[in-house]
Amino acid sequence: MEPFTRITAIAAPIDLPNVDTDRIVPARFLRKPQGSPGYDRFLFHDVRFEADGAEKPEFVLNHPSFRGARILVAADNFGCGSSREAAVWALAAYGVRVVIAPSLGDIFHQNCFKNGLLAVILPGDVVTGLRGALHARPGSTLSVDLDSQTVTAPEGAVHRFELDPFRKQMLLSGQDEIALTLGYEAQIAEFEARQA
Amino acid sequence: MGTTMFEKIWARHVVAEGPGGQTLLYVDRHLLHEGSTAALVRLAGSGRRVRRPDLSFATADHYVLTSPGAPAPDAEIGSMVASLTAHTAQQGIVFFGRGDVRRGIVHVIGPEQGLTLPGMLLVCGDSHTATHGAFGALAFGIGSSEVEHVLATQTLWQRKPKTLRVTVDGRLAAGVAAKDVILAIIATIGAAGGVGHAIEYAGSAIRAMSMAERMTVCNMSIEAGARCGMVAPDETTFAYVRGRPFAPAGDAWAQALGLWQSLPSDPDALFDREVRLDAADIAPTVTWGTSPQDALPITERVPDPAAVADPVRRASLARALAYMGLAAGVPLTDVKVDRAFIGSCTNSRLDDLRAAAAVAKGRRAVVPAWVVPGSGLVKQAAEAEGLDRIFLAAGFEWREAGCSMCVGMNGETARAGERVASTSNRNFEGRQGKGARTHLMSPAMAAAAAVTGRLTDVRRL
Ligand code: SF4
Repeated sequence: MEPFTRITAIAAPIDLPNVDTDRIVPARFLRKPQGSPGYDRFLFHDVRFEADGAEKPEFVLNHPSFRGARILVAADNFGCGSSREAAVWALAAYGVRVVIAPSLGDIFHQNCFKNGLLAVILPGDVVTGLRGALHARPGSTLSVDLDSQTVTAPEGAVHRFELDPFRKQMLLSGQDEIALTLGYEAQIAEFEARQA
Repeated sequence: MGTTMFEKIWARHVVAEGPGGQTLLYVDRHLLHEGSTAALVRLAGSGRRVRRPDLSFATADHYVLTSPGAPAPDAEIGSMVASLTAHTAQQGIVFFGRGDVRRGIVHVIGPEQGLTLPGMLLVCGDSHTATHGAFGALAFGIGSSEVEHVLATQTLWQRKPKTLRVTVDGRLAAGVAAKDVILAIIATIGAAGGVGHAIEYAGSAIRAMSMAERMTVCNMSIEAGARCGMVAPDETTFAYVRGRPFAPAGDAWAQALGLWQSLPSDPDALFDREVRLDAADIAPTVTWGTSPQDALPITERVPDPAAVADPVRRASLARALAYMGLAAGVPLTDVKVDRAFIGSCTNSRLDDLRAAAAVAKGRRAVVPAWVVPGSGLVKQAAEAEGLDRIFLAAGFEWREAGCSMCVGMNGETARAGERVASTSNRNFEGRQGKGARTHLMSPAMAAAAAVTGRLTDVRRL
């Protein structure tokens, strides 16, 4: 997993609440293996592309200013619904490293961390403010610093976010979580012995 | 102060307290389906082994074709089942594959086989794993990386969620089903209302429910944003579990029963949040929009965005109506449907098919209507009591077990613009096919829609 430290990048606003993972990656793409050719195009496919493959101009990521976005600023409950990790794989394939929202679907939230994406939870009014700033000046950048746990808005305001120290450490180091857990072998074996 | 059922089960599964408030929990049961294959492949690729193949069970559900006679699928879809077949065989995991009557939707067959038991910690790489919480189990959906983690270690790192008790007291009126109860709950707390919480469903209306009904309620916990939902085990639970193929028997049964009876939340247990609904207030309910929270009694009208003050909510409502092709203010019972789908892990059990058949009997479907049983055994049991003949006589299609048009991964989708009366759990944009429009409802209501060609109040039929 690619370690995460700090990023300054174009951020795109996603205004609708309850964006589900079916919308992030439609079900028919789930039979394509992770990382197969064109994986980045699965992202938001049906709201992003016409049937003939042409871009829908009204979709935010098709706006010239937001095209290179590596940060998404979303609304409540982004990533709700299906557990499909492909939603995160498609975001990563597109180049997204950070998702900022007031709340996220629980499984999507976990899946982000497993793939080196930083999920940042900030209060609703702060996130609404960020989206407003991005709409006002399309193409603006946000800076996200994992070490200091801060998001710096286009106009310079700094917002601190909470993050589980465990998740933070895993992101900073890019460590393999299974390897870490296998270090608990003695406790796992002991638990199993107690059950038997 | 007493302890909640959730906390009791959590405590029984703690392997170690890790850094930063994370707890390493032991997994008693791991269920797999075609979507889990990628994790098996990565595991094999990393040279690791499945730690406890004996605690994992697999089935094929998402990619199996359900047309009558179960024809062979196209190569790409077929390879999804073939690959799971090969990898489970390699790892020594029991697999209910094509041709096995026990095969079916993972959340139907777990309970049916007695693999789901009270007090267990059960996971599956599927968000509707909360279904199994109906047995008083701690059951939740996980992502593909977590599936690989469970395969390798039989454990998971988790942060303890908060607890939310949803109490439904009173008696449900005639024509009101478990599906209406959960749709009413989601409409009340919202699609994000349960985020970060474990829900316990309680109250006399829940106690009075059959296991199938409790599963319908717990199934859609994820649609309220919660990762798990649970119901305290009781005599109804024990009667269902007793004698199932993988359930404990003999001395083991007596011992298990002792534990299970100690699981319910103590009377003085405190929950982080409480929500109460009166069963008598719940009517047959349908969704009109593209989030499960967009649900209303069938007697209502399509809501009007102009009446909503909050601009974000108004825009989101307008978008939903545009996608759904609905005009504000139209009575829901005036909305015409193009098909009906009776199935999915929410509503494909024998009780569900009986409820739909009771409506279909002696009537005639006026739109294409599919009945997709949740498992081969449900299908067999339904046929033994003649439900298939009722459906066929009424012009419904009687199909093989699987997920089918709930998500259409196997290619069984509705066409763009088609409006589906569906007993599944998600009315998201494109869920049942690109451009397809889904209205969620109970099996009786979906059958009523099939025979009238529009959303219908089953009480008035
Ligand atoms: S029936 Fe639908 S919701 Fe249930 S497991 Fe299958 S695809 Fe998922």
